[in-house]
Amino acid sequence: MADKKIKIIIAKPGLDGHDRGAKVVARALVEAGMEVVYLGLRQTPESIVNAALEEDADVVGLSILSGAHMTHFKRVKELMDKNGLGDRLLTGGGIIPTKDQDKLKELGVGKVFGPGDDLQAIVDYIRTWRGSGGA
Amino acid sequence: MKGPTVKTMDKKAWEKKFRDSGLREADFSTISGRPLEPLYDWDDLADLNVKKELAYPGEYPYTRGVHPSMYRGKLWTMRQFAGMGTPQQTNQRYKFLLEKGQTGLSVAFDNPTLYGWDSDHALSIGEVGKTGVAVDTMEDMEILFDEIPLDKVSTSMTINAPASWIFAMFLANAEKRHIPFAKLRGTLQNDILKEYIAQKEWIFPPEPHLRLITDLMAFCADHVPQWNTISISGYHIREAGSTAAQELAFTLADGFAYVEYALRAGLDIDDFAPRLSFFFNAHLDFFEEIAKLRAARRIWARHMKERYKAKNPRSWLCRFHVQTAGCSLTAQQPEINIVRTALEALAGVLGGCQSLHTNSMDEALALPSEKAVEIALRTQQVIAFESGAANVIDPLGGSYFVEKLTNELEEEAERYFRKIEELGGVVPAIEKGFFQREITRAAYEYQMALSRKRKISVGVNEFVNEDEKLEIPLLEIDESVEKDQIRRLGEVRRRRDNGAVRAKLGALEKAAAGTANLTPFLLDCARVYATLGEISAALISVFGEYQEQPFF
Repeated sequence: MADKKIKIIIAKPGLDGHDRGAKVVARALVEAGMEVVYLGLRQTPESIVNAALEEDADVVGLSILSGAHMTHFKRVKELMDKNGLGDRLLTGGGIIPTKDQDKLKELGVGKVFGPGDDLQAIVDYIRTWRGSGGA
Repeated sequence: MKGPTVKTMDKKAWEKKFRDSGLREADFSTISGRPLEPLYDWDDLADLNVKKELAYPGEYPYTRGVHPSMYRGKLWTMRQFAGMGTPQQTNQRYKFLLEKGQTGLSVAFDNPTLYGWDSDHALSIGEVGKTGVAVDTMEDMEILFDEIPLDKVSTSMTINAPASWIFAMFLANAEKRHIPFAKLRGTLQNDILKEYIAQKEWIFPPEPHLRLITDLMAFCADHVPQWNTISISGYHIREAGSTAAQELAFTLADGFAYVEYALRAGLDIDDFAPRLSFFFNAHLDFFEEIAKLRAARRIWARHMKERYKAKNPRSWLCRFHVQTAGCSLTAQQPEINIVRTALEALAGVLGGCQSLHTNSMDEALALPSEKAVEIALRTQQVIAFESGAANVIDPLGGSYFVEKLTNELEEEAERYFRKIEELGGVVPAIEKGFFQREITRAAYEYQMALSRKRKISVGVNEFVNEDEKLEIPLLEIDESVEKDQIRRLGEVRRRRDNGAVRAKLGALEKAAAGTANLTPFLLDCARVYATLGEISAALISVFGEYQEQPFF
């Protein structure tokens, strides 16, 4: 499995239209040799997890700058667990205060990135997760 | 422009000395990647026709400003974009800002409202009151503007897809308070084209949205004459990652598209063009931003006068609001953002803006706290009253560098206009993903430049404070906001005359299927407390919804 390309779903859940970060990260991950399925805007937790199932994705990345991150991450994580995707990585980024990042961690969400984080750091994080026995 | 000493000076000798003096290893291009010379001089402006290209402030083509007196006559309006939580909370923030010396209001709506959905819509969960205030019915407008003199304070509303029915609620509230429409002053963003291009908050396909905009322009020309019916916005295009030239070109191209649409609908250009206004970003690259704003005025004036044959000089004016660049703010060492914002705001002022919003230092982390908002407003006051920047009109006019940059940006914009024309115009170019791709590419290139440290972001990829502890207070939106808002919405639904609501929504739907001006029908719906989402649904049943093909 280690030889297989890492497959990532990137989605904008909810109503937030800020898609600059999601698109830039998607492109950086592709250039790093990963396979990216970008679902685009206005996704529901259900549509995201369905896509993850269909694509058998290793990683789900959510981009949220609207302040609704606690609601969306929690719901996606619940649905992933329920659908047998508990061993896949749920990560993401946006305008997410440190305090909430800690809460997300407790829910089983991976690292979330913010403005100014380096693209390479995101690539490295996903590779390290995979290398350390992630799905 | 001729330098009198041009013949007697030896440029070659300077060039040699320059090259021999040892140069830093650095990227000297602008933040948009525009290559720059180390020095500009009269050679760069040899072809500049001062009378034709610059003239005087308040004179065509308005490069030096839209008013003859500029800030000696009236300072720019200090207008901070604000809205969060419930209408009551936002009303408190407005009173706070007015008390601190702010001179105009600017409403930020939450995401469900921006999409035309009610707070109790299934997809609104978790979003109510988060990035702005929730407005579901006219009752929310009543609370939002309670005790605020709408005939004295001008109000800007950042809303696009459902702009016409939010505005209908605003008008219905004014009517209820016996404030004549003719006394209302303000701006509705109402710029749907940039939604497809950058901000992504649309409801219908472009055509019905353009009809609603044109209907509103016609209605306001007759009934709300002091209202700016549209604020054609480059801000979001820039925030999505465009270059300065793309922001300039795409925004003005959108403006031309609105003009052409209204002309096709049979409106007279001089009836609506004076109420068109603009909204630009002020990013970090100081001189390029100033040049961009100066170029915007010149380009708009030329096209309006020469291409669209507007006769009224007010139709030629590119009047604009400026907001400092949200995307330039960093989550790291947020206090540095005060400095970034000050520089950007100064560029906006030197670029001749009519109103200005300065971002708060904490906006890469959360919605701004009161403390942060106050500093942001004070920044404008320092520029206005301490720096001397407002004493002289267009103080950088005549600078070799700034004039050259202004010319270059104008030329680049014209090249984009030709390209857009080749694609069949703005709407076909949107449908082909042209703007979206150009912007995404520019955003990626900039991010890579940061990654490779060709561009520096202080505190982010250089001069990093490794053991930083966040020491500023952040605003949090309580989860109870959503519950409160939904509860009040339910109460309005029970209390109102539901028969009247059904009748007015039915009339709106019927009108939408025909060709009548929809504004009076929207106003009727607002008066009987039809909800935002009910009005959207009635229109969607006729116009359908728009879907974008996702790509990156």
